[in-house]
Amino acid sequence: MMKRMLCMLPAMLLWAGAPAPVSADPAPGDALSVQVQETQLRDRPSFLGKAQSNLAYADRVTLLALQGAWMQVQVPGGGSGWVHSSSLTEKKIVLKAGAEDVQAAASSEELALAGKGFNSDVESEFKRQNAEIDFTWIDRMEGWDVKQNDIESFLKKGGLAE
Amino acid sequence: MKCFRMYLIAAVCAGSLVSSMLLTGCSSIAQGVAAVGQATGVVSPQQAQSIVRTASAVGKTFQDITPEQEYYIGRAVGATIVNQYQVYDNRDANAYINLVGQTLARFSDKPETFKGYRFLILDSDEINAFAAPGGFIFISRGMLRLCTSEDELAAVLAHEIGHVQNQHALKAIKSSRVTSALTILAAEGAKNFGGQQLADLTSQFEGSISDITSKLMNSGYARGQERDADQAAVTILERVGYDPNALIRVLDRMEGELEPGGHDFAATHPPPESRIKDLQAMIETPPRATVPARQARFNGSMSGV
Repeated sequence: MMKRMLCMLPAMLLWAGAPAPVSADPAPGDALSVQVQETQLRDRPSFLGKAQSNLAYADRVTLLALQGAWMQVQVPGGGSGWVHSSSLTEKKIVLKAGAEDVQAAASSEELALAGKGFNSDVESEFKRQNAEIDFTWIDRMEGWDVKQNDIESFLKKGGLAE
Repeated sequence: MKCFRMYLIAAVCAGSLVSSMLLTGCSSIAQGVAAVGQATGVVSPQQAQSIVRTASAVGKTFQDITPEQEYYIGRAVGATIVNQYQVYDNRDANAYINLVGQTLARFSDKPETFKGYRFLILDSDEINAFAAPGGFIFISRGMLRLCTSEDELAAVLAHEIGHVQNQHALKAIKSSRVTSALTILAAEGAKNFGGQQLADLTSQFEGSISDITSKLMNSGYARGQERDADQAAVTILERVGYDPNALIRVLDRMEGELEPGGHDFAATHPPPESRIKDLQAMIETPPRATVPARQARFNGSMSGV
């Protein structure tokens, strides 16, 4: 994640048009957004940690600490816990962007617009134009979420991750 | 960091899609569109100027696509793959590869995609596997039959996770399409979707799906990308506790099975022999025997495949 951030640094500077204080690494105190549909706040920096609560797409959290690929974050109005960094971004994600948000995104490196671009409307139109392409199995696959308990027991019985 | 450069460029390269304009670059599109937007009152003169200014500076950065959009691309790529093959509709076997695959994904450098990793078996004798963006992964029965242990199955799936993690499929999308999509997106951002904009955006979407499926099914990734996916596989296997040498064993067996000039894995991957050589340099641990319980569950779930 940091590597990617670093690789785009020159572009960001170029875009800013002037030397800008661009932080390559999120630091404690920084606000972050959830960039996946749902993730869990865990009690320790591991998927084996107990999930305390769910975080949803575009939720804002504050970074408290970093440990490897894990981030300890504070949730508004209460608790804190650990989230894997792949589910977070430094951008603020706007769920229902209007014209003003688009303009703001044009003049800021810190804003992203959810639900724009390739979205469910585009998929519907794609399906309409490509009726032979059936999404039934893709929808079915999405339902095959393996639960944490099953993964733990799978690892244990297989003598893995010890 | 998922940096949403796509949105940014979209915002600055505001405009409707005109293919001739695209060839002239982002900046001039923005100027044209800013003028259109201004004339129609969608954006103010100041906003129009701002779009033009920023567009010329950011014109080159459009590599990143948000996880949400990657997910929609992955769904359509996956549906296109499934459309070309039959699905092996065996609940136990599919549940097992999801158990193995989703466990592996947790140990990858990118455990969280927009909606997570999913795996599906294709009812084909071909020796093949595909990774669509966002974590939709497909493996043929022919490939499964080549695997004799859970470690070997894990090695194949981990290699595919490596492609997802490195966003190799997204890199197959022609950059002009991304630019076009971004341009339309910005126009859409200024007001609600018009029918023409949706049609234009869908056309770019369709083109992107076609770029990716053609790469996955016909031309194959560059050798360096396969090496990156193999390296990711070795790392994941070591983290989980599988034997990374299992990947070498599968490739070795593949070497004997693949028909030169065939349409499957042979057509889209570097020769197994060259990958084995690279892998031998990456793997530091000696081969080790699998655990009986692991072998038993593999045999149980894969017996009918």
